[in-house]
Amino acid sequence: MKKNRLIPVLLLKDGWLVQSKGFSKYQNLGNPVTAVKRLSEWASDELIYLDISSGDNYDTRRDDQGYENRGSFLDIIEDVSKVTFMPITVGGKIRTLSDIEKRLSVGADKVSINTMAINDHNFIQEAAKQFGSQCIVVSMDAKIVDNEHRVFANGGKDMTKFTPKELSKIVEDYGAGEILINSIDRDGKGNGYDIELINQVADNVNIPVIACGGVGDWEDFADAFEETSADAVAAANIFHYRDQSVFLAKKFLYDFKFNVRKPDLIKL
Amino acid sequence: MNNKSVCLLDYGSGNVKSVYNILEFLGYNVKISNSREDIKNSTHIILPGVGAFGASMKKIMDTIPFDVLENEVLDKGKPFLGICVGMQVLADKGLEFGEHKGFGWIPGIVDKIDTKGLSTLHIGWNDINVRRDTPLLKGLNDNKDFYFVHSYVFDVQDKNCIVAQTEYGSKFTSILSKDNILGIQFHPEKSQKAGQLIFKNFMENL
Repeated sequence: MKKNRLIPVLLLKDGWLVQSKGFSKYQNLGNPVTAVKRLSEWASDELIYLDISSGDNYDTRRDDQGYENRGSFLDIIEDVSKVTFMPITVGGKIRTLSDIEKRLSVGADKVSINTMAINDHNFIQEAAKQFGSQCIVVSMDAKIVDNEHRVFANGGKDMTKFTPKELSKIVEDYGAGEILINSIDRDGKGNGYDIELINQVADNVNIPVIACGGVGDWEDFADAFEETSADAVAAANIFHYRDQSVFLAKKFLYDFKFNVRKPDLIKL
Repeated sequence: MNNKSVCLLDYGSGNVKSVYNILEFLGYNVKISNSREDIKNSTHIILPGVGAFGASMKKIMDTIPFDVLENEVLDKGKPFLGICVGMQVLADKGLEFGEHKGFGWIPGIVDKIDTKGLSTLHIGWNDINVRRDTPLLKGLNDNKDFYFVHSYVFDVQDKNCIVAQTEYGSKFTSILSKDNILGIQFHPEKSQKAGQLIFKNFMENL
């Protein structure tokens, strides 16, 4: 039987691994390659790497100048793919098909598209056509405004006209392979997923939905599997503060008979 | 260092780098190459694969010296592992985007997976049901989940060639073997430690 997935999300800002709170406060957690090695040893099913560096004029920089931000992000992904042997999704600052190609060429298996998926739905279609739907994840950041969930673009800065329900259907129709839904309200709070938000999206599409935002303990993962039809649960902050955290989270789900891969401790 | 060496055939397949990385990580002498010498001199051969049957076959025939490959694998019995489309092309033919001729090493046809209403793309971790013993799975015990990404499956004619099956809507062959020829539908290079163990077993026990 196909399994539900547990996915650590790694946030990268200017080449450093960071913790995020409400999309506005960031704490430096150190070297991202060391961290990923550690997460890879454990029971992760996939990894999501998001580049949240600011730098608005990012895509005008030349690749061959070795500019700090861009150079280091792609270099990091390349280093990561040498020591980690599971699917890797890479997101952040993807504006063109060539941005996607570059990420795949350094070892990413999928890319996560956010602002471009909102501004230009055709981009999803072109990307899916060229690289396959299996490779295109659309990530949506949502927040409650006047008692209604709304999608925000540009790293949670700009409110859009879409509800998560509307946008999820659109991106599915345009060929997205998966949707990563994140709650800005819950980001870094540790008080559990926004179950209502996840349901709005997961009940509305047939493609797999990855829940993100707000996990404070292992039970929150269980809640998402029990109360929503999310295919995967993701979290960032919680995995950085406990030794063997992904293994422990996986073991918790496995022991309580959730449909997850056995936490693997195979000796080679 | 190890005296085993593997020639990783390169025809522009998307996962060649990932397969290279895992083999190098495990300490094997690995060359991404299509040269006659490397195919001849290696102790093992791997054919990676991602993408459509016909396009892959065309690129394979355009870039890989097929006579040398057949000589090493079919005549001399060198251990050969095909991954994903690299396994599918071993069939007589494939029906993805029209009908295409395969290697014909393992009798059978590659056709669309019958998902019985599930999404036609089988992507994610799924388990395998082992039908017969193989050195490839030595030491796996009950860690039998692997990472799959595909929409087509290999309908194997000689049921003796089926090593393991997986269920997604319907049952399909996830590992096959015939003498020194092995094929895997999933991606061991993306299957964490269980995947590493498969490469290790292929290199050490075949």
